[in-house]
Amino acid sequence: MKRLMERWGRFLVGLPPYAWLTVFFLIPFLTVMKISLSEARMGVPPYLPLVEWAEDGTIALHAGLANFTTLLGDPLYVLAYLNSLRIAAIATTCCLLLGYPAAYAIARAPSAWRQPLLMMVALPFWTSFLIRVYAWIGILKPEGLLNGVLLWLGVIDEPLQIMETDLAVLIGMVYSYLPFMVLPLFANLEKMDLSLLEAAADLGCRPFRAFLAVTLPLSLPGIVAGSMLVFIPAVGEFVIPDLLGGPDTLMIGKVLWAEFFDNRDWPVASAVAVAMLLVLVVPVMVFQPFQKDRGEGAA
Amino acid sequence: MDRCQDGALASMATAPKKPAFSPWTDPAAVPLIRFEGITKRFGDFVAVDGVDLAIHKGEFFSLLGASGCGKTTLLRMLAGFETPTEGRILIDGVDVSAVPPFERPVNMMFQSYALFPHMSVEQNVAFGLKQDGLPKDRIAAKVREVLDLVQMGKFARRKPHQLSGGQRQRVALARCLAKEPKVLLLDEPLAALDKKLREQTQLELVNIQDRVGITFVMVTHDQGEAMTMSSRIGVMNSGQIQQVGTPVDIYEFPGSRFVADFIGAANMFEGTVRKADGQRVVVACPELGRDLDVLHAGAVMAGAPVTVMIRPEKMSVGRERPTEGLNWAQGVIADIVYLGDVSIYHVRLVSGHVVQVLQTNLRHTGDLRLIWEDEVFLAWNSANAVVLTQ
Repeated sequence: MKRLMERWGRFLVGLPPYAWLTVFFLIPFLTVMKISLSEARMGVPPYLPLVEWAEDGTIALHAGLANFTTLLGDPLYVLAYLNSLRIAAIATTCCLLLGYPAAYAIARAPSAWRQPLLMMVALPFWTSFLIRVYAWIGILKPEGLLNGVLLWLGVIDEPLQIMETDLAVLIGMVYSYLPFMVLPLFANLEKMDLSLLEAAADLGCRPFRAFLAVTLPLSLPGIVAGSMLVFIPAVGEFVIPDLLGGPDTLMIGKVLWAEFFDNRDWPVASAVAVAMLLVLVVPVMVFQPFQKDRGEGAA
Repeated sequence: MDRCQDGALASMATAPKKPAFSPWTDPAAVPLIRFEGITKRFGDFVAVDGVDLAIHKGEFFSLLGASGCGKTTLLRMLAGFETPTEGRILIDGVDVSAVPPFERPVNMMFQSYALFPHMSVEQNVAFGLKQDGLPKDRIAAKVREVLDLVQMGKFARRKPHQLSGGQRQRVALARCLAKEPKVLLLDEPLAALDKKLREQTQLELVNIQDRVGITFVMVTHDQGEAMTMSSRIGVMNSGQIQQVGTPVDIYEFPGSRFVADFIGAANMFEGTVRKADGQRVVVACPELGRDLDVLHAGAVMAGAPVTVMIRPEKMSVGRERPTEGLNWAQGVIADIVYLGDVSIYHVRLVSGHVVQVLQTNLRHTGDLRLIWEDEVFLAWNSANAVVLTQ
């Protein structure tokens, strides 16, 4: 009896998050998937039902992959996907290159300093994301802060056109997502056993080689975790390309927005969303077992 | 002192390991390692305080002391992880005080073993050899050789987390041995092992050291371990070396009250010197209610306050008053610690001072067995007491 209670107790504790995810993620996702298989029409809702009762009592199923073939056939979508992946990959790489040294420095700082330094990394979260991205317009625009400083320093003769380019989108992404890279990396680097580095030095290894041979491979789980936390939202990012990017900045988040709200073509928009999920699930599937293996190895 | 240590001492007394090996007694011998006036301060805290120490080639030297006595700091300075605040360290005549750890001819076996978790056993062992830029086939041969030496050849492809504590310890040792260092440093090498494995590994480590001929310097807080394994022991307290000597020296002829008390069990009697002629010392001892007669060649002045130390096993206890010998005392049995092979009797003297006496239980049973509140007499030989002046 007691064991049964225990088992049920464990089950009940785990239930709320799963129930939450079922109601607010799985069911909406299935709805989106359903819409992606239907056909667009004028009216409310702006798509045809999948299942219809015909007058003679038969059930008619109107499901098709037409929307997906549209995605594949139109270079706009394919290019948008590729460009999103490209920008997200560059942003992730930049975050890693900036975030790793930062996380390393925080993890090796005197313990009294670590919490304040971490706070500083997390501090931007206290301000609205939208406002922070908006602020970048003020910095990057032709008559903005950055150009002003560069002109004053004499580095450039005329303002650089950074706003409304992929570069502006990248800057915005790296800025916004850097904490998501730093925090998991810090968590990983902080728990590393420093006697391993002493052992490496003791065995004749110079500090930089010891970093490459010991610290870097042991921090791989942190690198993977941080990269996924940056890469996945960056691919589908809408706000940053919308505010900082130009009309030529082709990203899947913007395409999705345009299909839903400008074209009101819900089925194609849903297909775009489903396809994006597939594009993102694949790298996660690839990295997941790898991360697990590393985690065990480091234990 | 716990049971295993007595056993260790006994085996040492009957079969000395290396009777001829005592380079420290040879004034012409040049030590391999020399600490010269080494002091290490961390802020206001003095971890190591003016240590002078010489360790010879082929020694198994132990730094013994309670935690916080500075022994690990001293070892880490030898490895190069800490820089001395004052003084210098010479290895093979070369001042290494400013040499970084990756250029020193020493290797350290860490207390946590510090095996690289992402590398297999053989990669761990090969790591140090790769840093030296040895050719691949030489590395492979050396790795196989040292893994066989520590009987870990079968586990070459395992990862550290797939090994038991004892196996990890062997791999850590092999990783150091592969580098053939001039000095191998061991930081509490057996602390992470359980008791049985620890005792077995003690002798194995000594055997391996014998075979490879590398100088070992070990840090330990376990006196049994130090006694069993070392050629010499340096007893440390609050950053200073209290005494350096062979296990027998340290136990039988401690140089200070601290060492006498720290190593093994000791009965201490405070007194004043009544007579001293360079061979014998007579000490007036109120705790004993009598004079103590001790064979002591050192110079002591009449009237000086001294402590006389007698080990519990150097005394005998019985109901009869001893008929010969100058040293005896009368008391009552206050406590008996029966340990099977031996019993420890706590005898309360008339002055209230309690003395520990260790007696081997030679018979199964007997009328002679002492019980609580028995009136007993203690006796000991003048040669078995030690006069301590500091």
